[in-house]
Formats: sequence, C-alpha cells, structure tokens
Amino acid sequence: MKKALKNIWNWVDDRGGLSELVKPLTTHLVPPESKWNYVWGSATLSCLIIQVVTGIALAFLYQPSADVAYQSLQYIENQAFLGSFIRGLHNWGASGMVLLMGMHMIRVYLFAAYKYPREMSWITGVVLMALTIVMAFTGQLLRWDDNGVWSSVVAAEQMGRIPLIGDSIAHFLMGGENINGETLNRFFSLHVFVIPALLFSFVAYHLFLVFRNGISEPPKVGRYLNPKTYRNWYENMLKEKGVPFFPNAIWRDAVFSALVLIVLVFIAWFVGAPELVGAPDLTNVKVDPKPDWYFTWIFAIFALMPRDIGSYVIMLGPVLTITVLLAVPFLSKGGERSPLKRPWAIGAVAFLIITICGLWYIGDVEPWHPKFDAEPLSEYTTVPEAKPSVQRGINVFNTAGCLYCHKINDQGGIRGPNLTNVQNRLTKEQIIIRIVNGAENMPAYGGSLSKEELEDVVDFLLKDKKGSNPNN
Amino acid sequence: MACNCENQNPPNNNKESLDRRSFMTRITLGVGAFFAAVLSFPLVAAMLDPIIRKKTEVWRSVGKLTDFKIGETKMVTFENASTYEWSGGIARSAAYVRRKEDDSFLALSVNCAHLGCPVRWVEKSEIFLCPCHGGVYHKDGSWAAGPPPRGMFDYEVRVHNNNVQIKTQNIPITNLTS
Ligand code: HEC
Repeated sequence: MKKALKNIWNWVDDRGGLSELVKPLTTHLVPPESKWNYVWGSATLSCLIIQVVTGIALAFLYQPSADVAYQSLQYIENQAFLGSFIRGLHNWGASGMVLLMGMHMIRVYLFAAYKYPREMSWITGVVLMALTIVMAFTGQLLRWDDNGVWSSVVAAEQMGRIPLIGDSIAHFLMGGENINGETLNRFFSLHVFVIPALLFSFVAYHLFLVFRNGISEPPKVGRYLNPKTYRNWYENMLKEKGVPFFPNAIWRDAVFSALVLIVLVFIAWFVGAPELVGAPDLTNVKVDPKPDWYFTWIFAIFALMPRDIGSYVIMLGPVLTITVLLAVPFLSKGGERSPLKRPWAIGAVAFLIITICGLWYIGDVEPWHPKFDAEPLSEYTTVPEAKPSVQRGINVFNTAGCLYCHKINDQGGIRGPNLTNVQNRLTKEQIIIRIVNGAENMPAYGGSLSKEELEDVVDFLLKDKKGSNPNN
Repeated sequence: MACNCENQNPPNNNKESLDRRSFMTRITLGVGAFFAAVLSFPLVAAMLDPIIRKKTEVWRSVGKLTDFKIGETKMVTFENASTYEWSGGIARSAAYVRRKEDDSFLALSVNCAHLGCPVRWVEKSEIFLCPCHGGVYHKDGSWAAGPPPRGMFDYEVRVHNNNVQIKTQNIPITNLTS
C-alpha cells in the first residue's frame, strides 16, 4: 500500500514536476535577520486570500441587482447558514487587509526597503494600495443599503471634480446619468472581476520582484547603500549566512497569518458585519450617509476644508498622494537606510499617523453633522416658569434648526458653540447680528425669522441658568 | 545516437538572417496587438453602453396645482427618464418644489452640491441642511453655510393642464469650477 502510494507520487512528481514548483522556495536564500518585522506583507496577502474565499462564498448568495440586492443581503445576514459570519469575515478581512497593508508600507518606508534595487516593489506596492482602496470602497457600496447608494452618489460627485471629463466619468461609474438599475451591476463587475484581475496581476508581479531582488536585509546604522556594489554585496552576504526562505523564514509568516485569521474569525463571529441600514431609496432624505471606518478620516477632510478650496482638495488630494508616494524611491536613493539616521522619515510617519488618527476622531464625532434627532428642549426643564416670550423662543430654537447645531446644556448638536451661557459672552446686539447675518458655517436667519421670533429667541438666549434643571 | 525523432536537421541559427527574425518578432507582436484590440472592443463597448445611449428628458407630473400652497416647499418624487426598465424603485428621485407666486415654481434637486448627499428641509427656518458635511442652503437654493461650493441645482418646472411638471435630468454633478 505504502509502496503503491509512493509510486503514484513518483509518477505525478516526475511528469507533473510538483517538487520543482516548490523548490525555488527551499533554495531561495533570505537574510537571517529578517524576522518578525517582515510578516506584514504576507499577512496582507493572507487577508487577500480570506477575501477571495469569503467573496466567492458571498457571490453564491448575493443577487447583484439594484432591485433585490438588499433583500438578498437580508437573507445572507438573517437566514443563510453561516451567512452573517461570512459577511462578517469578508468585512473584517477587508479592514484587516487595509490595516496590515498600512503596517507593511510603514515598515518598508521606515527601513528604506524601497531603495535600490527594490524601487519597482515600492511602485507596484503603491498600485496595490490604490487597488485595495478601490476594492474597499466598491465593496462597502455593494451593501446597497441607503448608505451604499449614497456612497455611489458621493463617488460619482468626487469624479465630477476632474476637469473636462468629470461628468463622463461620473456617468460611467453610475452607469448612466442617474442611479439606476445598472449602477449596482457596474460596481459589482468592478469589485468582482475588473479590480481583482488587476490586483492578482500586480500581486503576482510584486511577489516575483521579492524573489528576483531578494528580501531587503534589516538596515544597520552606518551601513551605506551603494547601488554600484549593492547587488554583489547582497549576493555574497546571502552565500555567507543566508537561510532558505522555506522553512526558516516562512514559518513566521505562517504563524502570524494564522493569528490574523484567528483574530478576524473571532471578530467576525462576535461583532459581525456592519448593520444593514434602510433599504435603498433615493427619495428618502432622512438618511445619514457615512463611509466605513477606513474612509471616515477622508470624509472629515471633505467637511473641514474651507469652501473655496474644497473642490480642489477633492480632485487633487488623491492625485498628489499617489504622485508623492510614487516619487519616494526617486527622491531618496542610496545612502543610509536605518530609520535611526533618517529622522525625517520617522517624523513623516509620525505626522501622518497623528493626522489620520486626529481626523478619524473628528470623523467619528462629526461636529459638522446637524443633529437631526436632537431631543427638543422642553420649556419646563429648560427655563422653568418662563415668561411667554421665552417660551416662544424655546419653541423657535427647537423648530428653526438652532438645536441641530447648538447645544443648550447637553441637548443639541455641536456644529456651533454651546449656547447655554451665551448671555455671558455676547451682548444682545451681538447675538442678534450673529443670528441675522450668520457666519461661514451658520446660515443667516435674517430672511426667515420674523421680527417677533427673533426677539423671542434672543430673549430665551439671554436668559440665565438655561437648562439647569431645578430638581437637581 | 538513437533517436526516435524524424529527420534531424537543426535549423542553422547562425545562418538565419536577423531580418527574418525581427520580421517574425514583429508579426507576433502585431498579431498580439490585433488579438487584444479585437477582444477589447466589445469589452469597452459594453462598459460604455450607458454613456453612449441616447439621452432623454421627459416632463413628469409631480402633483396638481392645487396641491401646492403659495410660499410652501414640498418634497415630491418622480421617476427618472431613460432608466433601464428593470431599475425598480431605485429609478425614483426626489425634488423640493416651492410655489413662489401664483404660477411660478422653483424645483430644487435634493442632492447637496458638495458631494451629493440628500439635504433635508427645515420648515420653520426655511433652510436645507445636509447630513454629510453640514452644508446649508436658503429656501431659494442659494448657499447659506458650510462646504458646498455653490447653491443647489434646480430642475425646469412648468404647469401643464393644472399639473405641476418637472423636467427630468441627470443627477447634478458639481464640477471643479462651479
Ligand atoms: C447649520 C448649523 C447652525 C444652525 C442651524 C444655527 N447655527 Fe448658530 N452658529 C453656528 C456656527 C457654526 C456658529 C459659529 C459661527 C462663528 O463664530 O464662526 C454659530 C454661532 C451662533 C451664535 C454666536 C455664539 C458665540 O458664542 O459666538 C449664536 C448666538 C447663534 N449661533 C444662534 C443661533 C440661533 C438662535 C439659531 C437658530 C435660529 C442658530 N444659531 C442656528 C451654526 C448654526
């Protein structure tokens, strides 16, 4: 029996060359010091594999049609066996991929592994990053709830800022001049066929480059990179002390990837995918579109940009980012690779991380977001036993939208300043001027409030101890 | 030497003229390009179908004249033109219609001019508020506050046989310079 199996294997291997397929892995030498800091890329790849498998599983259950996609997602989420887990894993796998890709990029940048002779690895990496982001965006849109449809509108609007051809690209994305029966199919085809095809080609090339140019050795302070001698030096170094990629290095990749998988499975099972919000309906304006976490910081930039340059930021932001990233290996060549001798690199990474985290925080709080569901002020708790004009003022404050942007005590929105104690910092005249004329982020009410309403609301705002509940 | 192949006359590579070889190279590349062109044509055509399709605009009734009070702003819904028949509910858009004077109407697209999110009408203060990035507009659609680079977009609107009608159009796209 054992012999027979052995014979079969010998035949398959002889004609099929299976061991030749893996041989390059076992003979490929890598620097012995490439240890745990080198697992980010392979973990990103593992996430991609998770995405492919869960993606195919979802495709078997999902109906890519504008009319019923939402229903099929309800089915996946609530009825299909393991459906909600598969959705969850696909969702968190995407998050994991974006995050690990970021770590991988930061590692490569800090170790200056993009320098000679690995510039093309960096360049293809930037392309892969862009493709991954497009995948994340189109995927979130396939959720096709009201967040999903409005995301496709937002995507089209962003494209509209491109000079000359903006409208055509927007219409190309939407599959027409409006959101229609074709829109979802287009994003589905992009997400499932077009971008993955590009992604796989670039991943294959990216991996080929890793083998061709070898894994970069961890940098050492004072060891200069000289393009003229590097390749020779690297080869000799490997001959002297290189270890085979398989199994000496790959076991760490395997262990880390397994850890990633365990964490993702755990989150997918216990947290699950984002809830499906309302069914897609462009005639429902009571929605609150918001992208998934990895985009909220960009969302925040769009809200915070001064209005005169907003359109340019929307258009040039992505272009400049990609250009700067692509330029990195050409701007910084040869020389020191150690991050300890490249303080600017550490500074740049720290700056980016802090900025993005700050924007994330702001994007989460959304101070610009009118709080439509703010609980109306009640005249009894806000200013008890108030005179009629103040009571009317409270009513104006509730109904004229002031409450969406301003807080009285802890009720209301945060777009504008908290007005609980506005009587202490502004005079009556100043308050009136502000309400009548508005400001950059506050509409002018001069034309819409009657004289009495204005007086009433000012009466209310001038009141002391607004919102202090007498019972506590 | 035992050989189970046929007449072994290896082509004499050295003698083969370079011309011939570059000719074969070019043929291969040319055929490859032809192959790619033939295949990409239908792909590109399919992808561009929605763009090259003839555009249509139609008047859609959104209510009776008597449904609109003077000075009132009301949200109406209607079906877009030239959608695929299978679009279902997603083919419907919304607009805000305001009767300014007797027969004079204003119809505003619900899409914010910043990034297209649907704005909400706040009756009392006569403003439109956008949930996404805090854009605000006055009742006539002009910019009031926040990031939108311009005012709201409007639809052509008319009164026809006592029906208020809106002329459908594309979802408004804000360009760089608008
Ligand atoms: C779209 C959001 C928004 C709405 C709606 C809004 N405000 Fe404001 N308001 C702001 C912002 C933002 C500021 C800060 C303006 C500045 O100083 O640049 C502000 C400032 C003010 C101030 C000055 C406060 C200070 O400390 O300087 C007053 C008073 C005020 N608003 C009252 C009102 C009243 C009354 C209403 C309703 C009739 C109202 N606001 C509606 C956003 C809004």
